[in-house]
Amino acid sequence: MNHIYVDHAATSPVHPEVVEEMLPYLTEHFGNPSSIHFFGRKTRQVLDEARMICARSIGATANDIIFTSGGTEADNAALFGVANENKARGKHIITTQIEHHAVLHTCHELEKRGFEVTYLPVDQFGRIALSDLQAALRDDTILVSIMYGNNEVGTLQDIPAIGKMLEEHPAYFHTDAVQAYGLVDIDVNELHIDLLSISGHKINGPKGTGFLYVREGIAFRPHLFGGEQERKKRAGTENVAGIHGLAKAVSIMSQQRHERLKTYESFRDKMLSIFNEEGIQFELNGDKEHYLPHILNVSFPGIKAEVMLVNLDLAGIAASSGSACTAGSVLPSHVLVAMFGETDRVKTAIRYSFGLGNTLEKIEQVSRETVKIVKRLQK
Amino acid sequence: MIYFDNSATTKPFKEVLDTYVTVSENYFANPSSIHCKGGETERLIHQARKMTASLLHVKPSEIIFTSGGTEGNNLAIKGIALKHSERGKHLITTMTEHAATFESFKYLESIGFDVTYLPVDEKGRISLEKLEKSMRKDTILVSIMHVNNEVGTIQPILEAGNIIRKYPKAFFHVDNVQGITKVPLSLKEAHIDLCTMSGHKFHGLKGTGILYVREGVTLSPLFTGGSQEGKLRAGTENVAGIVATVKALRMSFDQMKPGVKKMEQIKRFLINELSHIPGVLVNTPETYSAPHIVNFSVENMKPEVLIHSLEENNVFVSTRSACSSKQGGASRVLVAMGFNETRATNAIRISLAYQNTMEEAERFIELLKESISKLQEVMR
Ligand SMILES: Cc1ncc(COP(=O)(O)O)c(C=O)c1O
Ligand SMILES: Cc1ncc(COP(=O)(O)O)c(C=O)c1O
Repeated sequence: MNHIYVDHAATSPVHPEVVEEMLPYLTEHFGNPSSIHFFGRKTRQVLDEARMICARSIGATANDIIFTSGGTEADNAALFGVANENKARGKHIITTQIEHHAVLHTCHELEKRGFEVTYLPVDQFGRIALSDLQAALRDDTILVSIMYGNNEVGTLQDIPAIGKMLEEHPAYFHTDAVQAYGLVDIDVNELHIDLLSISGHKINGPKGTGFLYVREGIAFRPHLFGGEQERKKRAGTENVAGIHGLAKAVSIMSQQRHERLKTYESFRDKMLSIFNEEGIQFELNGDKEHYLPHILNVSFPGIKAEVMLVNLDLAGIAASSGSACTAGSVLPSHVLVAMFGETDRVKTAIRYSFGLGNTLEKIEQVSRETVKIVKRLQK
Repeated sequence: MIYFDNSATTKPFKEVLDTYVTVSENYFANPSSIHCKGGETERLIHQARKMTASLLHVKPSEIIFTSGGTEGNNLAIKGIALKHSERGKHLITTMTEHAATFESFKYLESIGFDVTYLPVDEKGRISLEKLEKSMRKDTILVSIMHVNNEVGTIQPILEAGNIIRKYPKAFFHVDNVQGITKVPLSLKEAHIDLCTMSGHKFHGLKGTGILYVREGVTLSPLFTGGSQEGKLRAGTENVAGIVATVKALRMSFDQMKPGVKKMEQIKRFLINELSHIPGVLVNTPETYSAPHIVNFSVENMKPEVLIHSLEENNVFVSTRSACSSKQGGASRVLVAMGFNETRATNAIRISLAYQNTMEEAERFIELLKESISKLQEVMR
C-alpha cells in the first residue's frame, strides 16, 4: 500500500540532500573536532560553519549556539541550566499548561528540587492571557518558558508581546520553538528571547540533532559535564555529520519558508473545505488567527481518536492523536484538556501535520478517506 | 596515510554507513507514533536493543541508548547520586577518569557530596586495599573506568566489583568507552550496575552511545520529557544512528579476536621500538594495559611540534585525550601516575584499530625517528 504520511509534527523525513551532505563527514572527514591534526581541523571547520548557519537563521551570533542531541535535551538544558545557576536570585519559574513534556516534566522535576512553578492556563484556542503572565511575574521569578507554537494544535503565542513584557523584568525568557522554527520569522534580538530550543528531525534534518540558543551573558550551568566542547556549555564529542546535516536542513528550510507556508495553507483550506462540503461533523481545535499552518487538529464528535487512527492507518494514512511521545498512552492530551477540560472533544481529536512529500492531491485523498470513515462511524 | 588516533574517534565501517543511510531514508517515522510507520521504526529499535543485549549478555530492558559516552557517564553518575542521596552522600572514583566522569564528580562535590578520588600507582592502577578502605556505610556510588583513554591502563574491575558487592548500598559504575571491543569484560561477573559505551569509538557514529543499567537500579534522568528509553532518557530516538551503531558493535565483536591479537603484536612492537629511541620514555605500562593504546613522551620536545611534523608525513597521532587537547599543560592522568611535569606535558598517544597494520607501525617508527632527529637538529 502506498502510505500517506501526515504526521510531520511527530517527525519528518530527512531531506535527501541532507543525507548526501552528511556522507563525507561519515567517511573521509571523520575526525574528532577536538583533535589538533588535520582530521580534527577539518571537522572543527564544519562545526564553525554549521554554527554560523544556525545562528543566522534566528538572528543570533554563532557563539551563542549550543548543539544538542535534540529538542528534549535543549529544553532540559535551558530549564535546568538557568534554574540551577540562578537560584540565589529566586526560585520561581513561569510556564504554561500546554508545553511539550520536555518542558513540563522538567518543571515537575524542578518542583521536586525546591523550585516553585506557575503553570499559566490557556483559553479554548490555546492562548495564554498576557495579563495572567503579568500577574504571575514576581521579584523572584528567574525564568519564563513559553513555547512558540504548540505541537498538538499549532497555536502560536504572542511571543513579541511576551518578549517586550519581559524586557523590563530580570527573568530570562526561554521559548521552545521546535515546531515554529522554519515557519515563522524569528529574530531573537527583536523578540527579546534569551534562550530558544530547536530540534533537527522536525525540519527534515537528522534525528539526534538540535540546538539551544543561549544569549551571551546569561547565567547558565551546563547540563552535561566533561570535555570543553561547545565553549564548555555542553560536553561530549560532537555529532559532526549530524550537525552538518542539521545546518543543511536549516539552509533548505530558510530558502523555502514562504513557499511552504503557502503550500500548507492550501492543504488546510483543502481539508476544511472538503469536510464542510461533505457536511461531516467536526470541530477545529486551535486558534483561527494565530496558528502554525502545518498542523491541523480536528475533533470528530462521536468517534474515539484510537478508532479513527486505526481506520486511517488501514486506509494507509499515518496521522496522530496528541503528540507522538504521548500517543502510545491512552491518557488524554494535556493540551486539549487545558483548552476544553475533560470533554469528549479531547477524546476525539486527530492531528494531521504536513511536510516534505505531501502534495495537494494526496491531501485531498486524505480528506476524502477521512470523510468516508467519519460518515461510516458517525452514523 | 597512517591514522593512529582511534581513541579520539574511529572511522565508521562502510556497512554501518549503509545502514545509517538506508534507515534514514526508509524508516523515518517516530517510534512513539502508533501508526504502522511508527511501528516499523519501533521494531528496528527493539531489534537493536535485543542485539546489544545479546552481545553484552544482559537483558534488552537494561540497555539505554544515549547521545554518547559523555551523556552516559553524566546520566549514570549524577543520576545515581541525585536519586539516592538520602541513603548517603559519599562517592568514590579515581584520579585518572575521563573528564566526563571527573567533571561530574566535581559538580557533585560542589553541591554537597563527599568524593574520594583514589590515587593510582606508576602503572596507573588503583589499589584494591585502598578501595576497600575507602568504602563507607554511606558510600552510594563507586565509578571506575575500565581502560584509561590516555595511557591504556586496565583497572581491576572484576576484583573491584567483588569488593563493592559487599556493600549493598553502593552502586558500581564502569566507564567502558575505551574498553569495549578491545578488552573483554563480563558485566555480570564484575557485578557492574551501570556501564557506559560510546558508538564513535568502535566504528559507529558520533552522537550515539549505550548505557547499561542493571535491572532494578533506579536513577534520576538527565532528560525528562517523553517516556522513551524506560523514562530514563527522554527525547525522540536517533533511530538510524542507533541501528547503525549497534551494527558497528556487532561487527566489532565479530572481528575482535583476530583484531585484538593483531593490535597486541603491533603494540608490543611499538613499545619495544620506542623504548630504544634515545630520549623517548614510554608511559604505557607493559602489563595491565589495553592492546590499542601506547603513550610516550619525548624529552625536551613539545608534543604539538612533533605531531605536526608527523602530520606532514600523513601520520596522525594525538596529545593525550582529544577533549582536553586544547588546553596545554600537564596531563592529569600522567601526573597522577607520578611522572614529572615535563614528561606529563610532553606525552603523545598512539591509538590503534583492528585495521592498522604492522607495516604502518614500522613506517611510523621510521618517520618518528626522522622527525625527532630533524627537530633536535633545529632546536640545537
Ligand atoms: C514543541 C516540542 N518541543 C520539544 C520536542 C522534543 O524534541 P525531540 O524529539 O527532538 O527531543 C518536540 C517534539 O517531540 C516538540 O514538538
Ligand atoms: C574513557 C572515555 N570516557 C568517555 C568519553 C566520552 O565519550 P563521548 O566522546 O562519546 O562523549 C571518552 C571519549 O572521549 C573516553 O575516552
